[in-house]
Amino acid sequence: MIDRETVLNVAKLAKLSFGEEEIELFQSQLSNILEHIQVLQEADVSGVSPTAHASRLTNVTRPDNPRPSYPPEVMLANAPEQEDNCLKVNVVLEGEH
Amino acid sequence: MTDLYTLSIHEAARLLRERKISSVELTKAHLDRIRAVEPQVKAYTLVTDDLALKQAEEADRRIASGEDLSPLTGIPIAIKDVICTKDIPTTCGSRMLENFKPPYNATVMEKLNKAGAVMLGKTNMDEFAMGSSTEHSAFFPTHNPWDLERAPGGSSGGSAAAVAAGMAMGAYGTDTGGSIRQPGSLCNVVGLKPTYGRVSRFGLVAFASSLDQIGPFTRNAQDAALMLQAVAGYDAQDATSSPQPVTDYTKELTGNIKGLRIGVPREYWVEGIQPGVEKVVREGIERLRELGAELVDVSLPHTKYGLAAYYIVAPAEASANLARYDGVKYGYSYRETSDMWEAMEKTRQYGFGAEVKRRIMLGTYALSAGYYDAYYKRAEQVRTLIKQDFVNVFKKVDALVSPTCPTVAFKLGEITDPYQMYLQDMFTIPANLAGICGVSIPAGFSEGLPVGLQLLGNDFAEGTILRIADAFQRVTDFHDQWPDLQ
Repeated sequence: MIDRETVLNVAKLAKLSFGEEEIELFQSQLSNILEHIQVLQEADVSGVSPTAHASRLTNVTRPDNPRPSYPPEVMLANAPEQEDNCLKVNVVLEGEH
Repeated sequence: MTDLYTLSIHEAARLLRERKISSVELTKAHLDRIRAVEPQVKAYTLVTDDLALKQAEEADRRIASGEDLSPLTGIPIAIKDVICTKDIPTTCGSRMLENFKPPYNATVMEKLNKAGAVMLGKTNMDEFAMGSSTEHSAFFPTHNPWDLERAPGGSSGGSAAAVAAGMAMGAYGTDTGGSIRQPGSLCNVVGLKPTYGRVSRFGLVAFASSLDQIGPFTRNAQDAALMLQAVAGYDAQDATSSPQPVTDYTKELTGNIKGLRIGVPREYWVEGIQPGVEKVVREGIERLRELGAELVDVSLPHTKYGLAAYYIVAPAEASANLARYDGVKYGYSYRETSDMWEAMEKTRQYGFGAEVKRRIMLGTYALSAGYYDAYYKRAEQVRTLIKQDFVNVFKKVDALVSPTCPTVAFKLGEITDPYQMYLQDMFTIPANLAGICGVSIPAGFSEGLPVGLQLLGNDFAEGTILRIADAFQRVTDFHDQWPDLQ
């Protein structure tokens, strides 16, 4: 039901890369799951508004009061790589100086 | 004196107060039990023995000083490894977070620490709470104490197995589509999913934010009341936590359910329920009638769409929540390339297991252009219909009763098709979609394996379903049975 092209496109959107075997496996497994999910198309949803949340609350706000935050060393303690209290990443835009 | 690990929380709390036992003794008894049976069960990803003994000593000091105690002071419990514990590894059962040490505590941990509870360790789970068997843990599967060749259920399988095997007096887990109630059913323990918003999700690693809820595993309803009480309530750090006042759950355990109206939803008796499971649950329902409850035949007409709606909504939310694992801020990071996008894709390829990837793919697909209306929007409309079913039925009844799960515990490795695994949660999922509370309680055995009975309650009606559970346990002894572990 979903083709190889779609699997690759969705993987790209989800920032996932797969080996050849995984692509085939996911294509068949996702197709199978989606087939079962088709039952949703039978439900009469005309005029029904969607529910995004089980919470009975709406528009929860709080006063915008500043309060102490965590020191950078604490929040960076789990960082794979850091420099001068910043996260270190690969070059994002190449060829520009 | 009997083995201390067999005590229930409320008994132990009394003995601690009367100074008949100490928390250190109680904690050591559990650490001994862990040493004895954990090699077979494998419920824990981490046993924090030094910390536990330190907390136990502190609890004994507090008890000796006569300060106003929580019922959980000095009680050794286990925590699912998806709940953030400051400076203590919180892996979520994933390679992605194998070395992650949270910089802060979840609100429930703050509450438990304040109460003086003793943490024995962190429990195994399906990766990022996605699964029904703990086989999707990146580290190892947990074994069901009732039959070591079988799965304990999931995703909170480690917590359920720890309590069933006497390796903790109680444990916390999380339930997004049944991840507390289903393992509770398969391991013969009480598993309670509170109403959405009853327990703060601050510091709970997110799977599907509109469905996730933290709740307790215990060996009886009284203990479940105590463990819920300890963590329930509004939290300013979780905007979805409810300001609704918390009631005294223990006070609601009157033992009297005469005249209570309990609905039996006819859509919950479908093909696929094992005959042995159906028989035990029908007998359990009969028991509720003998206790004076009025059983009412009711209908929840949109039940058949629940599973499908869930497998759009939950993966969609998961695909967004798990976008944070990019190898930049924390967690596993692939560094063998100078290309940013390749690094990110490889981080996620090697950091996530198959089930997590499957759900991210499914969720991304359902949210992508061209499919959004047909899948995501429709699933959320169906969610409204399912919620409406419960609103209508709770005008007529005080609670609902059903099987928790269509089967008893299955063999490890037995279910290989993802969709077949999803069917484990067909009776538990609607409560998550609607946000209502539910509990699974031990109701008997089929071929030597535990069968759970599910009670569903309206929003914030935890007291009602616990009252029914407690009344049931006053006249039955299924919950007092122990698995035969050497």
